[in-house]
Amino acid sequence: MMGGTLLVEAAGPATTVQDLGRPGAAALGVSPSGALDRGALRLANRLVGNPEGRAALEVVLGPFVAVAEVDLWIAVTGAWGPITVDGRRSDGHRAVRVQAGSRLELGAATHGLRYVLAVRGGFDGPRLLGSRSTDTLAGLGPAPVVAGDRLPVLPTPRRRVPPLDIAPWTRPDAGERLVRISPGPRRDWFDDASLRRLVEQPWTMTADADRIGMRLDGPPLERLDPGRELPSEGMVAGAVQVPPSGLPTILSADHPVTGGYPVVAVVRAADRDLLAQLRPGQRLRFSTG
Amino acid sequence: MVNTDTSSGPVLRAMGEEAVLLELGSLEDVLLVHRALAASRPAGLVDLVPAARTVLAVTDARGPALAAVGTWLLATAERALAPGAGGSAVAVEEELARPDVVIHVRYDGPDLRETAELLGMEAADLIAWHTARAWTVAFSGFAPGFAYLVPEREDEMIGRPLEIPRLSVPRTTVPAGSVALAGTFSGVYPRASPGGWRIIGTTDAVLWEDAADPPALLVPGGRVRFVQVAA
Repeated sequence: MMGGTLLVEAAGPATTVQDLGRPGAAALGVSPSGALDRGALRLANRLVGNPEGRAALEVVLGPFVAVAEVDLWIAVTGAWGPITVDGRRSDGHRAVRVQAGSRLELGAATHGLRYVLAVRGGFDGPRLLGSRSTDTLAGLGPAPVVAGDRLPVLPTPRRRVPPLDIAPWTRPDAGERLVRISPGPRRDWFDDASLRRLVEQPWTMTADADRIGMRLDGPPLERLDPGRELPSEGMVAGAVQVPPSGLPTILSADHPVTGGYPVVAVVRAADRDLLAQLRPGQRLRFSTG
Repeated sequence: MVNTDTSSGPVLRAMGEEAVLLELGSLEDVLLVHRALAASRPAGLVDLVPAARTVLAVTDARGPALAAVGTWLLATAERALAPGAGGSAVAVEEELARPDVVIHVRYDGPDLRETAELLGMEAADLIAWHTARAWTVAFSGFAPGFAYLVPEREDEMIGRPLEIPRLSVPRTTVPAGSVALAGTFSGVYPRASPGGWRIIGTTDAVLWEDAADPPALLVPGGRVRFVQVAA
């Protein structure tokens, strides 16, 4: 079957095309970008028989509405919320057949924040440094998805849709989450009490959380020498930066490649997916375990 | 461009489980060490990111182990910074063989005169200073393809740079192709963006092109010459 298009009728507040990003270009000033919930992207692609790194839609919160302009297989992972095809209830975390002309709707997420919507074949689009991802900070890749967009779909892959009814998954947890961290390069800019507070007190995810960074709220950390300046240095996704306010920001995939705020810790790679699903107001606790 | 960190380095600092930061004493050391690191980069290393005082090395599950990366960073830095190590014959030959990027500049920037005055010179002197030497890409940042360029003198590798204050009020829009100065750096804006650097000229050079490989015209370690063309 040839590729087709998905006509977007409503895109929600921040929908972008994302794959596994473009790591390895930081020296050119380009951040890794790519899906924030990488596990959800990989799973959604596997469910429709795609290679894991095909481009899918990262839909923040929803509602998202689109009409299939050809017959499509789709899979929705990541956030949890009401999914309907022509008004009939459908399921996440499984391959679903959507007939040409049918309307797919992802209602406002009730658990988690970011849906991943994969289509069999994957979304098409120009590749830059090996990736079709939108980098929201650098303005690279396709513009964010808006109502009226016709998203082209690549021809279907040779491999079949796996005959798998359900995939192992857990609904994103609404309670306090534990996020494991490793040491950062500028721990010595903070006193022992602040380093203890970083892991002992809970932090709240604020609404100021996007693909560039996620600001946390809580009793601020204190620097040993508040006037000290840090010459800009290389950054990584997951870096926990502490600006002069003392309120940490966790860098996301579209982060600036260099930054001048001290990094006290770095979120472990395995726990970055769950950050992508934390909702504003949700609490998290850092753990060095 | 405040430099309050005068630690001597090289020092390794943990940056999570997949990256390590090599801290050095100065930007000059970063240039020397980055060149040696780039020449001996292990297969599978994801990123090598020079910055003002540091080089960040990023690996992943398929790349070299983090401990091995740390050992390589320290050993290479100590070799590159050892007295007399800077000008090995091989390094110099590579340097001479590498073609410079030439950027044609119309020195018609709105800040040219005032910047020259701040430095106690005529506009023509500032243009002569900017065009007389090769510049080296120290690092990238700010935007894709934006390179922080440091001046190189003919008689020694790194000249003692001028210190140029930023505008007190940044512009909300700096046009693409603006050639600018700030701190000890020169740079060229790849696209229109806000910015506080002092604009001394404009160029038609394409600093970033999605379809090119690499898409950035200026990459760390590369050399640049500015050539004046009629405004």
